[in-house]
Amino acid sequence: MPLLREITTLLAKDFRLEWRQRAALGGLLLYVGSTVFVSFLSFSLRGGTPPPPAWNALLWVILLFAAINAVAKGFMQESAGQRLYYYTLVRPQAVILAKMLYNTLLLTAVALLGLFLYTVFLGNPIQSPGLFVANLLLGAVGFATTLTLVSGIAAKAGGNGATLMAVLGFPIMVPMLLLLIKVSKNALDGLDWSVSQSSVLTLVALNMIVGATSYLLFPFLWRG
Amino acid sequence: MTVAGVWGGQFLIEQRTSGVVWKSLTVLLLLGASAVGILIAVPRLPIVNESIRNLFFHVPMWFSMIMVLLVSVWYSIRYLRNPSERLDVLAHESAKTGIVLGLLGLATGSLWARFTWGAWWTPDPRLNGAAVAMLIYGAYLVLRGSFRDEQQRARVSAIYNIFAFAAAIPLLFVLPRLSGPSLHPGQTGNPGFNQYDLDNTMRQVFYPAVIGWILFAFWLTQVSSRFAFLKLKHDEN
Repeated sequence: MPLLREITTLLAKDFRLEWRQRAALGGLLLYVGSTVFVSFLSFSLRGGTPPPPAWNALLWVILLFAAINAVAKGFMQESAGQRLYYYTLVRPQAVILAKMLYNTLLLTAVALLGLFLYTVFLGNPIQSPGLFVANLLLGAVGFATTLTLVSGIAAKAGGNGATLMAVLGFPIMVPMLLLLIKVSKNALDGLDWSVSQSSVLTLVALNMIVGATSYLLFPFLWRG
Repeated sequence: MTVAGVWGGQFLIEQRTSGVVWKSLTVLLLLGASAVGILIAVPRLPIVNESIRNLFFHVPMWFSMIMVLLVSVWYSIRYLRNPSERLDVLAHESAKTGIVLGLLGLATGSLWARFTWGAWWTPDPRLNGAAVAMLIYGAYLVLRGSFRDEQQRARVSAIYNIFAFAAAIPLLFVLPRLSGPSLHPGQTGNPGFNQYDLDNTMRQVFYPAVIGWILFAFWLTQVSSRFAFLKLKHDEN
């Protein structure tokens, strides 16, 4: 079976599984919704919307934790038997690429929905929406590619997977987060594109490095 | 130079003989650079003043940390290609040496920052990068601790070691250059001590200090991995 077909088959399987276990997806959306609502309630104590720097920081914190929760269940909900079964059918490269693609789509949806809810409740101080949304999508891709391999690693360790994932994932994601928050701030302030250009290019390069390393390393992770 | 360092490091760490020559050289270089570094006349620069002597301690610590972490990643790559308990121990012990040197570098840097910039910690990208590197290797140790099966631990932690290094470490060198002005020297161009290297006598102490600290890192790794091998042997019997 060619690699592309393996990937589409696995992707379809992931979507079907997600649809059958709607509770997990609903839980994720509710998580984002309630976090945004709690922030809204806290800021409404001091009259309305937070100042732009706080708005920016809070959005990324919410997205980061939503991403950890969303990706964590990926590899962990599969049993060892299931993994062995896939192992006999497909290449490990197909598994990691399908998983990264699936997580990217999931996180893109979560990020856009999160942004929508967030602007509804906490106001919209964004001055260059195009750059802001592009940066948000880059962030979703980056979170998905980084966290997919980390969730595979945490699943191997067993036990408290989500905590281990946070411990392993956060330090790796700090450089990416710094860049994202910086570009996001530039977009909030409506600065010219040329100011953010080098950071955006670095983000793209970083996503490619992480994707390529995951692709190379995953077969070793899977073998055991 | 980096490649030569990694190969040389592996050779020295795995060396089976006592290695009297390079170890006495290490002692000589470290003691010499420390003594001369404290005694020589240094350029009188505003703000930095006498604390410029920290250059002979702080910077070599970072260089040797990067070097020994590179050695650790290289052992992890070798482990994945050809698994053996030995390579796992070597990767683990090199990473631990890197953590020790990183903490020393943070401590000396923090002290230096207090005297020149007025604060123990500033939101400088380089400082944050150093903190991130320490967090990553802390996570590496936590990951190692959460396995019961030894082979699985070795394989998965090797994967994390490579992944973390590839994803985060290059950025510690790229990010500071993207983020505009900083108090930390070596902001543009080659990271280092551009604004100090007017003085050639300082270089004559600085380079031996760097070599001394790097050799010291390999020595430390050699001793701790020999100890780990002995423990393994003891546990088998």
